[in-house]
Amino acid sequence: MYRIIKAEELAANIYLMDVEAPRVARSCQPGQFVIVRMDEEGERIPLTICDYDREKGIITIVFQVVGAATEMMRHLQAGDSFHDFVGPLGCASEFVQEDEASLKEKKILFVAGGLGTAPVYPQVKWLHERGIDADVIVGAKTRDLLIMEEEMKAVAGNLYITTDDGSYGRSGMVTKVIEDLMESEGKSYDVCVAIGPMIMMKFVCLTTKKYELPTVVSMNPIMVDGTGMCGACRLTVDGEVKFACVDGPEFDGHKVDFDQAMKRQQMYKTKEGRDYLKAKEGDTHHGGCGNCGRSD
Amino acid sequence: MDVLKKVPVREQDAKVRAANFEEVCLGYDKEEAMCEASRCINCKNAQCVKGCPVAINIPGFIEKVKEGDIAAAYQIISESSALPAVCGRVCPQESQCEGKCIRGIKGEPISIGKLERYVADWARENGVKPASPAEKRNKKVAVIGSGPAGLTCAGDLAKMGYEVTIFEALHEPGGVLVYGIPEFRLPKEAVVAKEIENVKSLGVKIETNVVVGKSVTIDELMEEEGFDAVFIGSGAGLPKFMGIPGEQALGVFSANEYLTRSNLMKSFDENSNTPIMRGKKVAVVGGGNVAMDAARTALRLGAEVHIVYRRSEEELPARVEEVHHAKEEGIIFDLLTNPTEILADESGWVSGIKCVRMELGEPDASGRRRPVVIEGSEFLMEVDTVIMSLGTSPNPLISSTTKGLEVNKYKCIVAEEDFGATTKKGVYAGGDAVTGAATVILAMGAGKAAAKGIDEYLRNS
Repeated sequence: MYRIIKAEELAANIYLMDVEAPRVARSCQPGQFVIVRMDEEGERIPLTICDYDREKGIITIVFQVVGAATEMMRHLQAGDSFHDFVGPLGCASEFVQEDEASLKEKKILFVAGGLGTAPVYPQVKWLHERGIDADVIVGAKTRDLLIMEEEMKAVAGNLYITTDDGSYGRSGMVTKVIEDLMESEGKSYDVCVAIGPMIMMKFVCLTTKKYELPTVVSMNPIMVDGTGMCGACRLTVDGEVKFACVDGPEFDGHKVDFDQAMKRQQMYKTKEGRDYLKAKEGDTHHGGCGNCGRSD
Repeated sequence: MDVLKKVPVREQDAKVRAANFEEVCLGYDKEEAMCEASRCINCKNAQCVKGCPVAINIPGFIEKVKEGDIAAAYQIISESSALPAVCGRVCPQESQCEGKCIRGIKGEPISIGKLERYVADWARENGVKPASPAEKRNKKVAVIGSGPAGLTCAGDLAKMGYEVTIFEALHEPGGVLVYGIPEFRLPKEAVVAKEIENVKSLGVKIETNVVVGKSVTIDELMEEEGFDAVFIGSGAGLPKFMGIPGEQALGVFSANEYLTRSNLMKSFDENSNTPIMRGKKVAVVGGGNVAMDAARTALRLGAEVHIVYRRSEEELPARVEEVHHAKEEGIIFDLLTNPTEILADESGWVSGIKCVRMELGEPDASGRRRPVVIEGSEFLMEVDTVIMSLGTSPNPLISSTTKGLEVNKYKCIVAEEDFGATTKKGVYAGGDAVTGAATVILAMGAGKAAAKGIDEYLRNS
């Protein structure tokens, strides 16, 4: 059992939890993820690692309520436990392996969309701890859905916040901020790391391609085991089949087949999937089906 | 009684079982078992033992069954096998022990598998446990993976008195016995969980949710956690796909995914939280045991199921019994047929597969006749689900994170055959991680051999 030390709501439907998982905390690196199960009957749910404390053996996770499982998960309190908590899974971000000196030469831009702010944070923090300050764009639909602003401010070089509705920070999509920075604010970067909804990552990649700015994305497809056994998380990168759980989750964004990946992500949100979800969730239906206009 | 024939074993009726997940084979009762055992002529130079990868004293235990002393029979089996209730169900006896049985030369061999199963089931129902370990040895062994190789290796080492911890990546121990082989062939609660309990009763600890290579490395286990030796039984790995157009369409699954959803996550049960696609017409591509398992699972979930295999019936790699059961249940075999493309509808879901007919030409490197496309034979099969069951390629998690561990050109871990020693000192390996996808009993044989190798190593170090 993996005890929850802290549980709080960061924004509407977005929750943060500190969980005791010493083995994961000892070995995890920025870019990796975990899979949790709430109870004996629970689904295996892949989640982002948002922070870690190696000494205390604690992993911080952040999740958004998108389906039946996360809906149940949000009710967990400090003192409750996860039945299973396995990780770290996937490969660490490429820069973790890079030579620190050459890394210091690089100008890095992070682009975080919505919940993607959570997995971007440990990467920016890791760099900050090595004296490398990266610029960070954080996009949210609206001010109320913005998370981790203070934490990010403490570790980022420049932090650019934008909201779709202009309720806070800049106004518009993250792609517009990239264009503004590159075209009218005299910025240039060597590499971009974009994490967020697939549709956002797709458009970030289309934008950075214009500037020939190499872009890394973190893919979050459907997974079952997360250890390279089932192949549910396969996607096409540069014409080749890759498994997000063992080959990724980070890939060269300019080579990812996003349209296919987005379709595959809808697997349980269409047809039988929809019927299934509908039957399953009954009156508790709360989006995520692709059927009722709530896309996430 | 006809001594040339096996005592028939009772099975669930094919029509009834096609709609449930309960076990197909019902096994012998005591009278039937004793009757079958009496057919054994107790050969001096028993060939059956030579056919058994873990060398169970087969005539010895059958002799005890003949006498009706089932507890004694169980202890004899336990000396060699940690998982008799599993092996009695899933071993390919026809090509191993029973394949060598002298009785089989003229008539049918002794039904060794069914007798083993009877003895193991009897022991479980009567609370008989394997004999406890000898004196404690002050050495720690880490076993990676709790499938058949790992459980066997751990069980044997525990019996020798070693302190053994199994590290399992999934949330439940059992490996392929739990995620791969379906309930109707190998009941999870009643059989697998109990066999694992038996291994634990020998003192083996099992830590789930540890992905060795990620959560901790082998080097860390040895250098920081004080393990004196390691056995790698991490299993096969990543599913293979055909590389034909349309394979990423919705409704195309690897057999591993399909079976994991159904077996491990119990999605065949309406109350499970993990969804599974309940197709109406399913094509399973491949002809091995895993293909049969996936096909029979899909059938039980309500689909019309086709096995699509590019060679003929003779070359089907699956066990004869599995093919026979599958046919009885109504699986349709489209043999000498090969998919060339998967078609999808406008929303991305599978709508059919394009196939070509094949004929057999000259033998290829594997000794099997090479399937050749018949020109102009292309046709469309309308299906809504495709399950790819084409085998697996090794998982790089361990080999890529362990210093000094060599892999071969297929990325399988290199391990010496007799005792499973790898190229890294103190590290042994066996099962699918070494051989590529094979059978439960071969993995058990490798686990057993490695236990001997590790014992030898630890005695001399």
